[in-house]
Amino acid sequence: MFKAKVLIKRRPSILDPQGKAVEIGARNLGLDNIKNTRIGKYIEFDIDTSDKQEAEDEVNNYCKKLLSNPIMEDYEFTLSEETPSEEEVV
Amino acid sequence: MSNLTFGVVVFPGSNCDHDAFYSLYKVLGYKVNFLWHKDTDLKNSDVIILPGGFSYGDYLRSGAIARFSPIMGSIIEFANKGGYLMGICNGFQILVEAGLLPGVLLKNNSLQFVCKDVYLSIENRECNYTNGIANNTVLKIPVAHGDGNYFVDDETLKELQDNNQIIFKYSESNGSITDEANPNGSVNNIAGVINKVGNVLGMMPHPERSCNPVLNKTDGSLIFNALVNNIFN
Repeated sequence: MFKAKVLIKRRPSILDPQGKAVEIGARNLGLDNIKNTRIGKYIEFDIDTSDKQEAEDEVNNYCKKLLSNPIMEDYEFTLSEETPSEEEVV
Repeated sequence: MSNLTFGVVVFPGSNCDHDAFYSLYKVLGYKVNFLWHKDTDLKNSDVIILPGGFSYGDYLRSGAIARFSPIMGSIIEFANKGGYLMGICNGFQILVEAGLLPGVLLKNNSLQFVCKDVYLSIENRECNYTNGIANNTVLKIPVAHGDGNYFVDDETLKELQDNNQIIFKYSESNGSITDEANPNGSVNNIAGVINKVGNVLGMMPHPERSCNPVLNKTDGSLIFNALVNNIFN
């Protein structure tokens, strides 16, 4: 079992009006040093296999086909092997 | 009138499916079937409409999940064989997610949901969706969307221009293209584009909401009628 943690970022060339609006909030809070706020997505899920390559391929597939839109987003991810917790073993 | 049949797809969260059905059947007198998203049978449709709404709650990205509905496999095959496929609003978002049209629809640059009548200049009068609409007509059709900001990179934009794929642009009532007339920040005021072959149209404005004379706007019917006339006469 692997756990994937996926980060989806808007590509640098794509405007992020949401980030801009949030930054107005930062100004209103008096946080004048905050610049270039950009909002992305964080997604995590498990992959039920013991084969790391297979897990990686599946994450790439999921990211390319559904989780991100390559026209406007880039993605990156980390994979970590999950050991079943003690309760589950018992 | 021909035996032409429209199919209107119903996704969970579609909310303009009944508007489309009503306008095509009750107002314009065409044969219409609903197509359920879990089915794969297109019920011999000649024209398929992907309606507006919020399919799958717009989760992840507008249109991203609907694109993988069982019916979409049949629809993509239908479109690739030259079948007429029209995506309106959320339907347009589904078409770009499915890769049937280029580009992507981002959040409106105002960050606000925009719901109002807009004017559309017809940029290409040669395609089957517009051919036959009187030459100086500027269409008045409502928009209602939060993610309608059409974006393509410069290279793709040039390709769209070179191939005459831009069908509608947001304009003033006299047809002039201005920044003020752009409700969402779309590149070059683009409101609707067609694929290279000319059978798949995506547009953010809602022609099905401007068909009934009772509403005092009927310009949407010009598009549906043009299509029927062009492909069946």
